[in-house]
Amino acid sequence: MTLPRPFELERPTTLDEAADLLRRMDGESALYAGGTELLILLKHRAIRPRSLIDLKRIDGLGDIRATDERLVIGATVTHRTLERAPDVGAGWPLVAGAIRHVANIRVRNAGTVGGNLAFADPHSDPATLFMAFDASVRLVAADGARTLSLGELAHAPYETARRPDEILAAVSLQRWPEGAVGAYLKFGLYERPTATVAVALFLDGTRSTVRDARIVVGSVGPRAVRLHVAERAVAGEPLGRLAPRLDEIAAAATRDLETMRDLHGAPDYKRELARVCVRRALAVATARARGEQADERHPHTIIV
Amino acid sequence: MNAIRTRSSFDVRLIVNGQPWELHVPAHALLLDVLRDRLGLKGAKRSCDVQVCGACTVLVDGAPVSACTYLAVEADGRQVRTVEGLGDDGGLAPLQQAFIDGGAVQCGFCTPGMLMAATALLAEDPAPSREAIVQHLRGNICRCTGYSKIVDAVLACARQDSR
Repeated sequence: MTLPRPFELERPTTLDEAADLLRRMDGESALYAGGTELLILLKHRAIRPRSLIDLKRIDGLGDIRATDERLVIGATVTHRTLERAPDVGAGWPLVAGAIRHVANIRVRNAGTVGGNLAFADPHSDPATLFMAFDASVRLVAADGARTLSLGELAHAPYETARRPDEILAAVSLQRWPEGAVGAYLKFGLYERPTATVAVALFLDGTRSTVRDARIVVGSVGPRAVRLHVAERAVAGEPLGRLAPRLDEIAAAATRDLETMRDLHGAPDYKRELARVCVRRALAVATARARGEQADERHPHTIIV
Repeated sequence: MNAIRTRSSFDVRLIVNGQPWELHVPAHALLLDVLRDRLGLKGAKRSCDVQVCGACTVLVDGAPVSACTYLAVEADGRQVRTVEGLGDDGGLAPLQQAFIDGGAVQCGFCTPGMLMAATALLAEDPAPSREAIVQHLRGNICRCTGYSKIVDAVLACARQDSR
Protein backbone atom coordinates (compact mmCIF):
# COMPACT_ATOMS: atom_id res chain seq x y z
CA MET A 1 0.00 0.00 0.00
CA THR A 2 1.21 3.46 -0.82
CA LEU A 3 0.17 6.74 0.70
CA PRO A 4 -0.03 10.02 -1.17
CA ARG A 5 3.07 12.18 -1.02
CA PRO A 6 2.50 15.38 0.95
CA PHE A 7 0.72 18.14 -0.90
CA GLU A 8 -0.83 21.46 -0.06
CA LEU A 9 -4.53 22.10 -0.36
CA GLU A 10 -5.91 25.28 -1.81
CA ARG A 11 -9.51 26.21 -1.37
CA PRO A 12 -10.55 29.05 -3.65
CA THR A 13 -14.13 30.31 -3.46
CA THR A 14 -14.48 31.77 -6.95
CA LEU A 15 -13.76 30.39 -10.39
CA ASP A 16 -11.53 33.40 -11.11
CA GLU A 17 -9.36 32.68 -8.08
CA ALA A 18 -9.13 29.01 -9.01
CA ALA A 19 -8.20 29.78 -12.63
CA ASP A 20 -5.60 32.29 -11.50
CA LEU A 21 -4.07 29.82 -9.06
CA LEU A 22 -3.99 27.12 -11.69
CA ARG A 23 -2.19 29.42 -14.11
CA ARG A 24 0.32 30.57 -11.50
CA MET A 25 1.07 27.01 -10.41
CA ASP A 26 2.02 26.25 -14.02
CA GLY A 27 1.32 22.54 -14.12
CA GLU A 28 2.33 21.87 -10.50
CA SER A 29 -1.29 21.73 -9.32
CA ALA A 30 -4.06 19.20 -9.78
CA LEU A 31 -7.73 20.11 -9.74
CA TYR A 32 -9.59 18.28 -7.02
CA ALA A 33 -13.28 17.72 -6.35
CA GLY A 34 -14.53 14.29 -5.23
CA GLY A 35 -11.08 12.72 -5.39
CA THR A 36 -12.47 9.34 -6.44
CA GLU A 37 -10.05 9.12 -9.36
CA LEU A 38 -7.40 11.64 -8.33
CA LEU A 39 -6.67 10.23 -4.87
CA ILE A 40 -6.09 6.79 -6.37
CA LEU A 41 -3.51 8.28 -8.76
CA LEU A 42 -1.90 10.10 -5.83
CA LYS A 43 -1.77 6.95 -3.73
CA HIS A 44 -0.06 5.12 -6.56
CA ARG A 45 2.17 8.15 -7.06
CA ALA A 46 1.29 8.17 -10.74
CA ILE A 47 1.20 11.98 -10.45
CA ARG A 48 2.97 14.17 -7.91
CA PRO A 49 1.37 17.62 -7.77
CA ARG A 50 2.66 20.17 -5.28
CA SER A 51 -0.86 21.24 -4.49
CA LEU A 52 -4.48 20.35 -5.02
CA ILE A 53 -6.94 23.07 -5.92
CA ASP A 54 -10.22 22.11 -4.29
CA LEU A 55 -13.13 23.20 -6.51
CA LYS A 56 -15.88 22.31 -4.05
CA ARG A 57 -16.07 25.71 -2.32
CA ILE A 58 -16.50 27.62 -5.55
CA ASP A 59 -19.84 29.37 -5.77
CA GLY A 60 -22.15 27.98 -8.42
CA LEU A 61 -20.08 24.93 -9.35
CA GLY A 62 -22.35 22.72 -7.27
CA ASP A 63 -25.57 23.91 -8.90
CA ILE A 64 -27.96 21.99 -11.13
CA ARG A 65 -30.13 24.10 -13.43
CA ALA A 66 -32.98 22.47 -15.37
CA THR A 67 -34.78 24.61 -17.95
CA ASP A 68 -37.10 23.88 -20.86
CA GLU A 69 -34.12 23.67 -23.19
CA ARG A 70 -31.30 22.21 -21.17
CA LEU A 71 -29.90 20.65 -18.02
CA VAL A 72 -26.77 22.40 -16.77
CA ILE A 73 -24.79 20.40 -14.23
CA GLY A 74 -22.04 22.16 -12.29
CA ALA A 75 -18.71 20.38 -12.23
CA THR A 76 -18.76 19.60 -8.51
CA VAL A 77 -22.26 18.11 -8.47
CA THR A 78 -21.90 14.56 -7.21
CA HIS A 79 -23.49 11.65 -9.01
CA ARG A 80 -25.65 11.09 -5.95
CA THR A 81 -26.92 14.67 -5.95
CA LEU A 82 -27.73 14.44 -9.65
CA GLU A 83 -29.46 11.10 -9.23
CA ARG A 84 -31.67 12.48 -6.46
CA ALA A 85 -32.41 16.01 -7.70
CA PRO A 86 -36.21 16.31 -8.06
CA ASP A 87 -35.94 18.37 -11.28
CA VAL A 88 -33.73 15.71 -12.83
CA GLY A 89 -35.94 12.80 -11.79
CA ALA A 90 -39.04 14.55 -13.14
CA GLY A 91 -37.72 16.11 -16.34
CA TRP A 92 -34.70 13.96 -17.21
CA PRO A 93 -35.63 10.47 -16.01
CA LEU A 94 -33.09 8.63 -18.19
CA VAL A 95 -30.29 10.73 -16.66
CA ALA A 96 -31.44 10.11 -13.08
CA GLY A 97 -32.04 6.42 -13.80
CA ALA A 98 -28.67 5.80 -15.44
CA ILE A 99 -26.61 7.81 -12.95
CA ARG A 100 -28.14 5.69 -10.19
CA HIS A 101 -26.10 2.81 -11.60
CA VAL A 102 -22.72 4.55 -11.76
CA ALA A 103 -20.08 2.58 -9.85
CA ASN A 104 -21.31 2.18 -6.26
CA ILE A 105 -22.98 4.26 -3.56
CA ARG A 106 -19.66 5.48 -2.09
CA VAL A 107 -18.28 6.63 -5.44
CA ARG A 108 -21.59 8.33 -6.23
CA ASN A 109 -21.56 10.14 -2.88
CA ALA A 110 -18.08 11.59 -3.37
CA GLY A 111 -17.43 11.52 -7.11
CA THR A 112 -18.45 14.45 -9.27
CA VAL A 113 -19.84 14.70 -12.77
CA GLY A 114 -17.14 17.19 -13.80
CA GLY A 115 -14.39 15.00 -12.42
CA ASN A 116 -15.73 12.01 -14.29
CA LEU A 117 -15.72 13.83 -17.65
CA ALA A 118 -12.37 15.54 -17.08
CA PHE A 119 -10.69 12.29 -16.06
CA ALA A 120 -11.89 10.69 -19.32
CA ASP A 121 -11.85 7.10 -18.20
CA PRO A 122 -13.05 5.29 -21.31
CA HIS A 123 -15.39 3.19 -19.12
CA SER A 124 -17.56 6.15 -18.14
CA ASP A 125 -21.32 5.99 -17.91
CA PRO A 126 -21.87 9.78 -18.01
CA ALA A 127 -19.67 10.24 -21.11
CA THR A 128 -21.78 7.77 -23.10
CA LEU A 129 -25.11 8.89 -21.68
CA PHE A 130 -24.54 12.62 -22.07
CA MET A 131 -23.51 12.34 -25.74
CA ALA A 132 -27.06 11.24 -26.50
CA PHE A 133 -28.08 14.68 -25.21
CA ASP A 134 -25.61 16.57 -27.47
CA ALA A 135 -23.79 17.61 -24.29
CA SER A 136 -21.11 20.29 -24.17
CA VAL A 137 -18.70 21.36 -21.46
CA ARG A 138 -17.63 24.83 -20.40
CA LEU A 139 -13.89 25.22 -19.90
CA VAL A 140 -12.73 28.28 -17.98
CA ALA A 141 -9.20 29.69 -17.88
CA ALA A 142 -7.76 32.91 -16.45
CA ASP A 143 -7.78 34.44 -19.93
CA GLY A 144 -11.22 33.32 -21.10
CA ALA A 145 -13.71 30.53 -21.52
CA ARG A 146 -14.76 28.19 -24.32
CA THR A 147 -17.33 25.52 -24.97
CA LEU A 148 -16.58 22.08 -26.43
CA SER A 149 -18.86 19.21 -27.29
CA LEU A 150 -18.16 15.98 -25.41
CA GLY A 151 -16.92 14.52 -28.68
CA GLU A 152 -14.35 17.30 -28.90
CA LEU A 153 -13.39 17.03 -25.22
CA ALA A 154 -12.40 13.37 -25.10
CA HIS A 155 -9.38 12.48 -27.22
CA ALA A 156 -8.18 9.16 -25.86
CA PRO A 157 -8.22 7.26 -22.58
CA TYR A 158 -7.46 9.79 -19.82
CA GLU A 159 -6.66 12.46 -22.42
CA THR A 160 -8.87 15.43 -23.18
CA ALA A 161 -8.72 18.71 -25.06
CA ARG A 162 -8.71 20.55 -21.72
CA ARG A 163 -5.55 22.64 -21.46
CA PRO A 164 -3.61 22.46 -18.19
CA ASP A 165 -4.76 26.00 -17.32
CA GLU A 166 -8.45 25.24 -17.90
CA ILE A 167 -11.12 24.22 -15.41
CA LEU A 168 -14.09 22.14 -16.52
CA ALA A 169 -16.85 24.25 -14.92
CA ALA A 170 -20.09 22.68 -16.11
CA VAL A 171 -21.70 20.27 -18.56
CA SER A 172 -24.84 21.18 -20.44
CA LEU A 173 -27.32 18.65 -21.85
CA GLN A 174 -29.84 19.58 -24.57
CA ARG A 175 -33.42 18.55 -24.00
CA TRP A 176 -34.73 16.06 -26.55
CA PRO A 177 -37.59 17.22 -28.76
CA GLU A 178 -41.19 16.40 -27.83
CA GLY A 179 -41.99 12.74 -28.49
CA ALA A 180 -38.49 11.39 -28.01
CA VAL A 181 -37.85 8.03 -26.35
CA GLY A 182 -34.58 6.82 -24.93
CA ALA A 183 -32.79 3.83 -23.49
CA TYR A 184 -29.53 3.27 -21.66
CA LEU A 185 -27.86 -0.13 -21.49
CA LYS A 186 -24.68 -1.18 -19.74
CA PHE A 187 -23.00 -4.55 -19.62
CA GLY A 188 -20.24 -5.56 -17.29
CA LEU A 189 -19.00 -7.91 -14.60
CA TYR A 190 -16.72 -5.39 -12.94
CA GLU A 191 -16.98 -2.06 -11.16
CA ARG A 192 -16.61 -0.14 -14.42
CA PRO A 193 -18.85 -1.06 -17.33
CA THR A 194 -17.49 -3.16 -20.20
CA ALA A 195 -19.95 -1.74 -22.72
CA THR A 196 -22.31 1.24 -22.53
CA VAL A 197 -24.97 2.26 -25.06
CA ALA A 198 -27.29 5.25 -25.06
CA VAL A 199 -30.11 5.56 -27.61
CA ALA A 200 -32.54 8.39 -28.32
CA LEU A 201 -35.20 8.09 -31.00
CA PHE A 202 -36.85 11.35 -32.00
CA LEU A 203 -40.30 10.47 -33.36
CA ASP A 204 -42.43 12.42 -35.77
CA GLY A 205 -45.82 13.94 -34.84
CA THR A 206 -47.69 10.70 -35.45
CA ARG A 207 -45.18 8.77 -33.31
CA SER A 208 -44.96 6.17 -36.04
CA THR A 209 -41.71 7.19 -37.75
CA VAL A 210 -38.22 7.94 -36.44
CA ARG A 211 -37.29 11.45 -37.53
CA ASP A 212 -33.78 11.52 -36.09
CA ALA A 213 -31.70 9.59 -33.59
CA ARG A 214 -28.71 9.60 -31.26
CA ILE A 215 -26.93 6.29 -30.84
CA VAL A 216 -23.82 6.30 -28.69
CA VAL A 217 -21.51 3.49 -27.69
CA GLY A 218 -18.85 3.75 -25.03
CA SER A 219 -16.45 1.74 -22.85
CA VAL A 220 -15.45 -0.61 -25.69
CA GLY A 221 -13.03 1.86 -27.32
CA PRO A 222 -10.78 4.74 -26.36
CA ARG A 223 -13.77 7.08 -25.94
CA ALA A 224 -17.54 7.20 -26.33
CA VAL A 225 -18.63 7.78 -29.94
CA ARG A 226 -21.82 8.43 -31.82
CA LEU A 227 -22.67 5.75 -34.36
CA HIS A 228 -23.61 8.00 -37.25
CA VAL A 229 -24.12 5.03 -39.59
CA ALA A 230 -26.80 3.63 -37.31
CA GLU A 231 -28.35 7.05 -36.72
CA ARG A 232 -28.72 7.54 -40.48
CA ALA A 233 -30.08 4.00 -40.89
CA VAL A 234 -32.96 4.56 -38.44
CA ALA A 235 -33.78 8.15 -39.45
CA GLY A 236 -36.89 8.30 -41.63
CA GLU A 237 -37.83 4.70 -40.87
CA PRO A 238 -41.36 3.79 -39.83
CA LEU A 239 -41.22 1.95 -36.49
CA GLY A 240 -42.92 -1.09 -38.02
CA ARG A 241 -40.13 -1.53 -40.55
CA LEU A 242 -37.37 -1.04 -38.00
CA ALA A 243 -37.90 -4.02 -35.71
CA PRO A 244 -36.75 -6.73 -38.15
CA ARG A 245 -33.75 -4.64 -39.26
CA LEU A 246 -32.11 -4.03 -35.85
CA ASP A 247 -29.65 -6.90 -36.26
CA GLU A 248 -28.45 -5.61 -39.59
CA ILE A 249 -28.29 -1.97 -38.40
CA ALA A 250 -26.26 -2.86 -35.31
CA ALA A 251 -23.88 -5.00 -37.34
CA ALA A 252 -23.30 -2.30 -39.96
CA ALA A 253 -22.76 0.38 -37.31
CA THR A 254 -20.15 -1.57 -35.35
CA ARG A 255 -18.28 -3.29 -38.19
CA ASP A 256 -15.52 -0.66 -38.28
CA LEU A 257 -15.82 0.50 -34.69
CA GLU A 258 -12.52 1.39 -33.06
CA THR A 259 -12.26 -0.87 -30.04
CA MET A 260 -9.52 -1.28 -27.51
CA ARG A 261 -7.73 -4.07 -25.67
CA ASP A 262 -7.82 -3.73 -21.91
CA LEU A 263 -8.69 -5.74 -18.82
CA HIS A 264 -12.25 -6.08 -20.11
CA GLY A 265 -11.24 -7.97 -23.24
CA ALA A 266 -9.76 -8.04 -26.74
CA PRO A 267 -10.72 -5.68 -29.59
CA ASP A 268 -12.70 -8.34 -31.50
CA TYR A 269 -14.67 -9.26 -28.41
CA LYS A 270 -15.42 -5.59 -27.73
CA ARG A 271 -16.70 -5.10 -31.28
CA GLU A 272 -18.96 -8.13 -31.01
CA LEU A 273 -20.15 -6.94 -27.61
CA ALA A 274 -20.89 -3.49 -29.02
CA ARG A 275 -22.92 -5.04 -31.83
CA VAL A 276 -25.03 -7.07 -29.41
CA CYS A 277 -25.49 -4.23 -26.92
CA VAL A 278 -26.44 -1.72 -29.63
CA ARG A 279 -29.02 -4.15 -30.99
CA ARG A 280 -30.47 -4.73 -27.53
CA ALA A 281 -30.59 -1.03 -26.68
CA LEU A 282 -32.28 -0.30 -30.02
CA ALA A 283 -34.80 -3.05 -29.31
CA VAL A 284 -35.63 -1.45 -25.96
CA ALA A 285 -35.96 2.02 -27.46
CA THR A 286 -38.13 0.89 -30.39
CA ALA A 287 -40.40 -1.08 -28.05
CA ARG A 288 -40.82 2.04 -25.95
CA ALA A 289 -41.50 4.08 -29.08
CA ARG A 290 -44.40 1.73 -29.83
CA GLY A 291 -45.65 2.23 -26.30
CA GLU A 292 -44.70 -1.30 -25.27
CA GLN A 293 -42.74 -2.63 -22.33
CA ALA A 294 -39.30 -3.74 -23.41
CA ASP A 295 -38.82 -7.37 -22.42
CA GLU A 296 -35.03 -7.44 -22.83
CA ARG A 297 -33.42 -9.17 -19.83
CA HIS A 298 -29.80 -10.26 -20.01
CA PRO A 299 -27.14 -11.38 -17.55
CA HIS A 300 -24.81 -8.68 -16.17
CA THR A 301 -26.84 -6.09 -18.03
CA ILE A 302 -28.56 -3.04 -16.62
CA ILE A 303 -31.22 -1.42 -18.77
CA VAL A 304 -32.59 1.99 -17.89
CA MET B 1 -5.40 36.37 -4.24
CA ASN B 2 -3.38 36.65 -1.04
CA ALA B 3 -6.48 35.73 0.89
CA ILE B 4 -6.25 32.15 -0.35
CA ARG B 5 -4.80 29.96 2.30
CA THR B 6 -2.56 27.25 0.95
CA ARG B 7 -1.71 24.83 3.66
CA SER B 8 -0.10 21.50 4.10
CA SER B 9 -1.93 20.75 7.35
CA PHE B 10 -5.24 21.68 8.93
CA ASP B 11 -7.02 21.78 12.26
CA VAL B 12 -10.17 19.77 11.88
CA ARG B 13 -13.10 19.39 14.23
CA LEU B 14 -15.24 16.38 13.68
CA ILE B 15 -17.62 14.19 15.61
CA VAL B 16 -16.85 10.50 15.45
CA ASN B 17 -19.53 8.16 16.77
CA GLY B 18 -20.94 11.00 18.85
CA GLN B 19 -17.63 12.05 20.34
CA PRO B 20 -16.12 15.41 19.35
CA TRP B 21 -12.46 15.48 18.29
CA GLU B 22 -10.06 18.28 17.42
CA LEU B 23 -7.18 16.99 15.36
CA HIS B 24 -4.31 18.48 13.41
CA VAL B 25 -3.97 16.51 10.18
CA PRO B 26 -1.78 16.79 7.08
CA ALA B 27 -3.66 17.75 3.90
CA HIS B 28 -2.75 14.38 2.39
CA ALA B 29 -3.97 12.26 5.34
CA LEU B 30 -6.69 9.79 4.46
CA LEU B 31 -9.71 9.48 6.72
CA LEU B 32 -9.15 5.73 7.05
CA ASP B 33 -5.67 6.21 8.52
CA VAL B 34 -6.87 8.87 10.94
CA LEU B 35 -9.69 6.63 12.15
CA ARG B 36 -7.55 3.52 12.49
CA ASP B 37 -4.19 4.90 13.58
CA ARG B 38 -5.05 8.05 15.53
CA LEU B 39 -8.46 7.22 16.96
CA GLY B 40 -7.90 3.47 17.29
CA LEU B 41 -11.08 2.58 15.42
CA LYS B 42 -10.10 -0.58 13.56
CA GLY B 43 -13.56 -1.53 12.27
CA ALA B 44 -13.13 0.06 8.84
CA LYS B 45 -10.62 -2.02 6.88
CA ARG B 46 -8.07 -1.17 4.24
CA SER B 47 -8.46 -3.69 1.48
CA CYS B 48 -8.71 -2.86 -2.23
CA ASP B 49 -7.73 0.80 -1.72
CA VAL B 50 -9.51 1.80 -4.94
CA GLN B 51 -13.16 2.16 -3.82
CA VAL B 52 -14.27 -1.14 -5.25
CA CYS B 53 -14.59 -3.47 -2.24
CA GLY B 54 -16.38 -1.41 0.42
CA ALA B 55 -14.42 -2.79 3.40
CA CYS B 56 -13.50 0.76 4.48
CA THR B 57 -17.08 2.13 4.29
CA VAL B 58 -17.91 4.77 6.91
CA LEU B 59 -20.72 7.30 7.00
CA VAL B 60 -19.97 11.02 6.68
CA ASP B 61 -23.07 13.01 7.58
CA GLY B 62 -25.00 9.81 6.98
CA ALA B 63 -23.63 9.13 3.48
CA PRO B 64 -21.44 6.07 2.83
CA VAL B 65 -17.96 6.94 1.58
CA SER B 66 -14.74 4.96 1.08
CA ALA B 67 -12.52 6.15 3.93
CA CYS B 68 -9.48 4.84 2.00
CA THR B 69 -10.02 7.40 -0.75
CA TYR B 70 -11.32 10.36 1.26
CA LEU B 71 -9.16 13.13 2.69
CA ALA B 72 -9.45 13.51 6.44
CA VAL B 73 -9.68 17.31 6.06
CA GLU B 74 -12.99 16.79 4.25
CA ALA B 75 -14.50 15.50 7.49
CA ASP B 76 -14.02 18.91 9.14
CA GLY B 77 -17.30 20.03 10.68
CA ARG B 78 -18.98 16.73 9.90
CA GLN B 79 -20.30 13.67 11.69
CA VAL B 80 -18.43 10.45 11.02
CA ARG B 81 -19.93 7.12 11.96
CA THR B 82 -18.04 3.84 11.98
CA VAL B 83 -19.13 0.32 12.88
CA GLU B 84 -17.96 0.97 16.46
CA GLY B 85 -20.71 3.60 16.75
CA LEU B 86 -23.61 1.48 15.58
CA GLY B 87 -24.84 0.08 18.89
CA ASP B 88 -25.94 1.97 22.00
CA ASP B 89 -24.45 1.54 25.47
CA GLY B 90 -22.29 -1.37 24.46
CA GLY B 91 -25.23 -3.26 22.96
CA LEU B 92 -25.68 -4.18 19.34
CA ALA B 93 -27.79 -2.31 16.82
CA PRO B 94 -30.78 -4.29 15.46
CA LEU B 95 -28.96 -4.67 12.15
CA GLN B 96 -25.92 -6.17 13.84
CA GLN B 97 -28.17 -8.59 15.73
CA ALA B 98 -29.90 -9.48 12.46
CA PHE B 99 -26.49 -10.34 10.94
CA ILE B 100 -25.75 -12.63 13.90
CA ASP B 101 -29.19 -14.23 13.93
CA GLY B 102 -29.09 -14.81 10.19
CA GLY B 103 -25.52 -16.16 10.04
CA ALA B 104 -24.60 -13.30 7.75
CA VAL B 105 -20.99 -13.29 8.92
CA GLN B 106 -18.34 -15.68 7.64
CA CYS B 107 -14.74 -14.42 7.89
CA GLY B 108 -16.08 -11.03 8.99
CA PHE B 109 -13.71 -8.82 7.02
CA CYS B 110 -16.42 -7.24 4.88
CA THR B 111 -18.95 -7.07 7.72
CA PRO B 112 -18.26 -3.54 9.04
CA GLY B 113 -18.59 -2.14 5.52
CA MET B 114 -21.74 -4.13 4.84
CA LEU B 115 -23.26 -2.90 8.11
CA MET B 116 -22.43 0.74 7.39
CA ALA B 117 -23.72 0.63 3.82
CA ALA B 118 -26.92 -1.11 4.93
CA THR B 119 -27.37 1.32 7.84
CA ALA B 120 -27.35 4.21 5.36
CA LEU B 121 -29.91 2.46 3.18
CA LEU B 122 -32.27 1.74 6.08
CA ALA B 123 -32.00 5.33 7.30
CA GLU B 124 -33.15 6.49 3.88
CA ASP B 125 -35.69 3.76 3.18
CA PRO B 126 -36.81 1.78 6.24
CA ALA B 127 -38.54 -0.86 4.09
CA PRO B 128 -36.40 -1.46 1.01
CA SER B 129 -37.20 -4.26 -1.41
CA ARG B 130 -34.75 -7.12 -1.85
CA GLU B 131 -33.82 -5.63 -5.23
CA ALA B 132 -33.12 -2.24 -3.63
CA ILE B 133 -30.87 -3.88 -1.04
CA VAL B 134 -28.95 -5.78 -3.71
CA GLN B 135 -28.54 -2.60 -5.77
CA HIS B 136 -27.36 -0.64 -2.74
CA LEU B 137 -24.86 -3.29 -1.61
CA ARG B 138 -23.45 -4.09 -5.04
CA GLY B 139 -20.34 -2.06 -4.24
CA ASN B 140 -19.59 -4.11 -1.12
CA ILE B 141 -17.71 -7.29 -1.87
CA CYS B 142 -17.79 -10.43 0.29
CA ARG B 143 -15.04 -12.81 -0.79
CA CYS B 144 -16.65 -15.62 1.20
CA THR B 145 -19.60 -14.98 -1.17
CA GLY B 146 -22.07 -14.92 1.69
CA TYR B 147 -24.30 -12.46 -0.09
CA SER B 148 -27.65 -14.24 0.28
CA LYS B 149 -27.57 -14.24 4.07
CA ILE B 150 -26.32 -10.66 4.17
CA VAL B 151 -29.25 -9.51 2.04
CA ASP B 152 -31.61 -11.70 4.10
CA ALA B 153 -30.34 -10.08 7.31
CA VAL B 154 -30.89 -6.56 5.99
CA LEU B 155 -34.34 -7.55 4.76
CA ALA B 156 -35.24 -9.10 8.13
CA CYS B 157 -34.15 -5.99 9.95
CA ALA B 158 -35.96 -3.75 7.50
CA ARG B 159 -39.20 -5.55 8.10
CA GLN B 160 -38.90 -5.19 11.87
CA ASP B 161 -38.26 -1.49 11.54
CA SER B 162 -41.11 -0.89 9.15
CA ARG B 163 -43.78 -2.61 11.22
